[in-house]
Amino acid sequence: MWSIVKTIWTVFLHAFQKRITVQYPEEGFNLPPRYRGRIILSRDPDGGERCVACYLCAVACPVDCIALQATQDETGRRYPEFFRINFSRCIFCGYCEEACPTYAIQLTPDFHMSEYNRRNLVYEKDDLLINGPGKYPGYSFWQISGVKIGGKDKGEAEREARPTDLQSLLP
Amino acid sequence: MSLWSIAVVLGVLFGVLTLAAALIWVERRLLALWQDRYGPNRVGPFGVLQVAADMIKIFTKQDWIPPFADKPVFVIAPAIIVVTVLLAFAVVPFAPGIVVEDLNIGILFFLGMSSLGVYSIILGGWASNNKYALLGSLRASAQMLSYEVFMGLSLMGVVVLAGSFRLSDIVEAQRGLWFAIPQLPGLILFMIAGSAESRRIPFDLPESESELVAGYHVEYSGMKFGMFFVGEYLGLILISSMITTLFLGGWLGPVLPPLAWFFIKTFALIAFFVLVRASLPRPRFDQVMSWGWKTMLPLALLNIAATGAAVLWRQGGQ
Amino acid sequence: MATVYIENRAYDADPGENLLKTCLGLGFDLPYFCWHPAMGSIGACRQCAVKQFKDENDTKGRLVMACMTPSSDGARISIADPEAAEFRAGIIEGLMLNHPHDCPVCDEGGECHLQDMTLMTGHSYRRYRFHKRTFRNQYLGPFLAHEMNRCIQCYRCVRFYRGYAGGRDFNSFSIRNTVYFGRHEDGVLENEFSGNLAEVCPTGVFVDRTLAQHYTRKWDQQFAPSICAACGVGCNISPAERYGMLRRIVNRYHPEINGHFLCDRGRYSYEFVNSEKRIRQARMQSGAESLPLSKDEALSRLAEILRHSRGVAGIGSPRASLEANFALRLLSGPDRFFAGINENDLALARLMIELNRTVRAPSLREIESCDAVLVLGEDVTQTNPRIALALRQSVEQQPRSRAAAARIPLWNDLAVREIAQDQKGPLFVAALNATRLDDVAAATYRAAPADIARLGLAVAASLRQEFAFPADLAPKVSELASRIADALLGAARPLVVSGPGCRSEAVIRAAAAVAGALAGRGKPAPLAFTMPEANTAGLSLMATAGLETALEALRSGGAETLVILENDLYRRAESSLVDDLLGKARHVVAVDHLENRTAARASLVLPAATFAESDGTFVNFEGRAQRFFQVFAPDGGIQESWRWLRDCLRAAGREEGETWHSLDHVIAAQGRQMPELAPAAQAAPPASFRIVDERVPRMPHRSSGRTAVLANVTMHEPKPPEDPDSPLAFSMEGYPLTPPQALRPFTWLPGWNSVQALNRLRNEAGAAPPGPSGVRLYEARNGLAPAASNWPEAFRPREGEWLLLPLHHIFGSEELSMYGPAIASLAPRPYVAVRDGFEEGQMVEVSVRGLIFRLPARIMAALPAGTAGLPSGLPGMDYVRLPDWGRITEAAG
Repeated sequence: MWSIVKTIWTVFLHAFQKRITVQYPEEGFNLPPRYRGRIILSRDPDGGERCVACYLCAVACPVDCIALQATQDETGRRYPEFFRINFSRCIFCGYCEEACPTYAIQLTPDFHMSEYNRRNLVYEKDDLLINGPGKYPGYSFWQISGVKIGGKDKGEAEREARPTDLQSLLP
Repeated sequence: MSLWSIAVVLGVLFGVLTLAAALIWVERRLLALWQDRYGPNRVGPFGVLQVAADMIKIFTKQDWIPPFADKPVFVIAPAIIVVTVLLAFAVVPFAPGIVVEDLNIGILFFLGMSSLGVYSIILGGWASNNKYALLGSLRASAQMLSYEVFMGLSLMGVVVLAGSFRLSDIVEAQRGLWFAIPQLPGLILFMIAGSAESRRIPFDLPESESELVAGYHVEYSGMKFGMFFVGEYLGLILISSMITTLFLGGWLGPVLPPLAWFFIKTFALIAFFVLVRASLPRPRFDQVMSWGWKTMLPLALLNIAATGAAVLWRQGGQ
Repeated sequence: MATVYIENRAYDADPGENLLKTCLGLGFDLPYFCWHPAMGSIGACRQCAVKQFKDENDTKGRLVMACMTPSSDGARISIADPEAAEFRAGIIEGLMLNHPHDCPVCDEGGECHLQDMTLMTGHSYRRYRFHKRTFRNQYLGPFLAHEMNRCIQCYRCVRFYRGYAGGRDFNSFSIRNTVYFGRHEDGVLENEFSGNLAEVCPTGVFVDRTLAQHYTRKWDQQFAPSICAACGVGCNISPAERYGMLRRIVNRYHPEINGHFLCDRGRYSYEFVNSEKRIRQARMQSGAESLPLSKDEALSRLAEILRHSRGVAGIGSPRASLEANFALRLLSGPDRFFAGINENDLALARLMIELNRTVRAPSLREIESCDAVLVLGEDVTQTNPRIALALRQSVEQQPRSRAAAARIPLWNDLAVREIAQDQKGPLFVAALNATRLDDVAAATYRAAPADIARLGLAVAASLRQEFAFPADLAPKVSELASRIADALLGAARPLVVSGPGCRSEAVIRAAAAVAGALAGRGKPAPLAFTMPEANTAGLSLMATAGLETALEALRSGGAETLVILENDLYRRAESSLVDDLLGKARHVVAVDHLENRTAARASLVLPAATFAESDGTFVNFEGRAQRFFQVFAPDGGIQESWRWLRDCLRAAGREEGETWHSLDHVIAAQGRQMPELAPAAQAAPPASFRIVDERVPRMPHRSSGRTAVLANVTMHEPKPPEDPDSPLAFSMEGYPLTPPQALRPFTWLPGWNSVQALNRLRNEAGAAPPGPSGVRLYEARNGLAPAASNWPEAFRPREGEWLLLPLHHIFGSEELSMYGPAIASLAPRPYVAVRDGFEEGQMVEVSVRGLIFRLPARIMAALPAGTAGLPSGLPGMDYVRLPDWGRITEAAG
């Protein structure tokens, strides 16, 4: 009985405490960098598209809201011909970011995405691609992969030996 | 019937309904205050137009009657609660002369009307043809029946002291001392019982969204649901104004006009009920029942006996 | 039946098999790389190590390679044994030392055997800190991309390419950990089966280059069980679709036909479905103008034409389904239904079917198991390539019998090859020109059609022990004939292969005579005839008259409207004849899917669905009716040929037009009207077929992007198309396990994402093994074929004239595949082949049957003297009926 009265009193005292609500549109605030908001596609340190169109984000997506088509340039570098995220379906679970082997797809702390028209929530590659490496500044998938692309020949990736000389019989 | 009495009837009707609607906003703001939030603050200054927005919303919502429901009963049920609570306001003396009908059995009329309110819940739950609704209404009937008993008994002390069932007489009897002082146990009992009668947290077991989805009104939508909602707020106002009348001296007070005193006291009580809602969790159903029958009822009886004894002793003393 | 103990539980096993196959068949996950069910074991990768125990008291055991250990009675092994598991994990770790970090950009990813096996063994972290070795890649042609860095040196590719498919321009090079698989220099892989390397390779060294141009993962592709439309063999395929575009074709195992391998024409022919020359909208010719029509407009135009015409003549097609041909036959009436090929070709096809009603037509599996073969007058590699691959296996049969005699199990590939050395079984090739099977042939004979027929008759005569050869038969020929006869007689399972390749009835009859004579000697030999197109056999069962008769019918005024079903008549008969035919008709309605000369002349063109967009039945060379299913629903205007013809029937006021809602209705009507075709209904389960009340999903269950694919078009995700024609669903939802063979859209098992899932699927407990599907429409009554009585005149060269022979090309002679860029890039340019007298590349004029061709000359020394060759069916060359005499002169200027 006494505890009930005490509870009521304690709650009553809250009338004189500072309110913790942030008045969102008027007041700004900072979210932690690993917050799972709007999805972006990032770029390599050298400015090339990071996405190699491997489809892993699409298959990891539990609501199937990512669709893309792979293509490659004349040097053999893979990239998405189109890359579409239907944010009206997205649940911001971050599985796509976890699945991404190249750090291309990243979730950002931006969530200001309300729209009156659902169609405006369909983001194409142009809407997704940013001009920087996002959360992972130094990483470049192509410097680790063994595939030859423009500007990186066989054997020039990290921890790669020079291409084998097939004519050599030396041990 | 005089023009005055028609004005009083209309004034009470509209005043009380407007208050009930405004309570939606008031309660949310108060809850927010005690929970360190803001509550509705977007529509109009301080969000006061939230009420209007909610009204527009609730009137334009699809008013769905489930195909499996017992249609006439389903439609009538929400009306019953509003009607019975509004009728109970007929005996509340807001100020000298401002009362719809100052019955000489005012308290009994109030108790009768508040008991009828339970039909609304039972019928609504029954007509919904839904297991959660039925369970909710079963709980409601058991709970309201149990708490009705000592609700009436807790008021008997006041009646004994005032020597009348007429509410204006009871107010007048408090000119010297509010009954809240001699009848403190009665006040506490009545507050608890009244809270239970209006099914507010912590006594919202008929709804209890955590186990019964929304209890008796799970199938209701649109304005029918709104009627239950309004009924609950009307009940809250009714209980608050009854406490004001019976224990806090009604319109009595210095300087300010009588009506103002009445509203100030009533609002303070409403705010207190909101504070209770903000503070206390919902008990288990068996706890509610055993509390009602094993604690409150004996206390109410004790209160009557003690009050009676005190009155007899004082009379005997003369 | 042997009993083997795996983890101390007894299982039945085939003692003739190795433990790896046994374990996989019993449902155990045992990783492996170098073993292949069609190529046996060599124990090279050491991945399938298991612990074998002497008996139940042996607790120590020893590691053995499951693929090199017979599943002999009482064998006792443990797969889960910690030592064996550690050994397998170590092998994978070793293989992964140099494997590049490529999976995201590797086309094999998601259907990679190496990925699956790595997961299965639990290896996840590369501890090796030093550099990865790298290789330079090669250009291997339009079919395959090469990425040698990924190689794990399992040797499967070279075993397939050289050992199984007989290729010579591919090998392993270099030493130790730098072993390299490729050609001696960049260049197009010569072998016609090179595309199989993409499936044989357990990882992404060889991947489908055409797929890479529009790459999607396996899990995103929509498959359907289908039948290859590129020739008459009827290989089972799984075409794959994504975003409304056909992406690739993968092999679909059929034990009796294609087994594990396809030819490159079949595998890459899919590109025509995506061709820019597809007819996607109905149109009508009005004067010189061509008006596009909506479907409704087309139907009302159709109704108008049919209402005002006195009669309809139907021209069927050997590349349209049985059902579409039947619907047309119903529309035109049996009397006015014509085959859509010329009389000569139809007569040959009908003759072959007739002969196969007497002598059994073998399945490909039977062909592979034959141990002496006579190929009479057919360049099989160019016409029915998959048969050639089967014939290549047949020459291994006799050497293998030596291995069997030495009690070496046949799966022990290296040992079998050691004992066989370079020995080949008898294969005799008599053809117009050098063939791609000559390298394994015991003897070849190149001659004009008449001489080939005479060789066949001579073989038959020697088999019958009548040596009354005509006097003008060269002694060399009679010698060869008796040598062939001896080889066929001496074999356990002889086989005769022929076909319409030299357009000669005599050759076909001679082949039948050889089979008949063999049967007469108590050695009944199956008789395989190639069929040029996917449904040549089916069409020939249905039609009795060809294009010439159609012209007669139009001339006599019996019909005013010509309905042409999926057919470019200019490929089937002389332009003059076709011009005449099309000119005589008041209305020409063409139902086709690709722009061609016939469609260009039609007054109403209706856009038809290709094999990938429709359901239907093809009848293959052995008379097996096989159902192919829609891979994806085509967009808007396109609909299945049989549905267009159903609409024609409706326009003509026929009851069928109203009652045919599903393919099953057509099949049922077809069976009623033509009882001979009634068994075709059993080729696959009907549309109402369900497994535990569920349809069979066409998509893998991980198919992605459902809510985003069309989001740029509409926010309301459209309902997937309904399929009234088959028990399959355009969905990832449905029966989750393995459906029966005829309905299996793709091969997948949990943990087995690559095509290798098939090996684990075999005899999977509870599920039926991948049994044969399809049903034969005709069977041989007895083995005795009528002996050909008259010997054709021997071929005599003429002065100043050449006998022009039809030369077939795997890439080029087939109509549809030439609409795909990859195959078209490998097709020859029009040419004339001469033996001598001209210089290579010299422009010459060929005049034959009133036509004049200006072509570069190509020297082919293997051509018989007095003959020259013209490529058959190449785009850009008018049809000319060959063989015929023509003149070749130096072109002026």
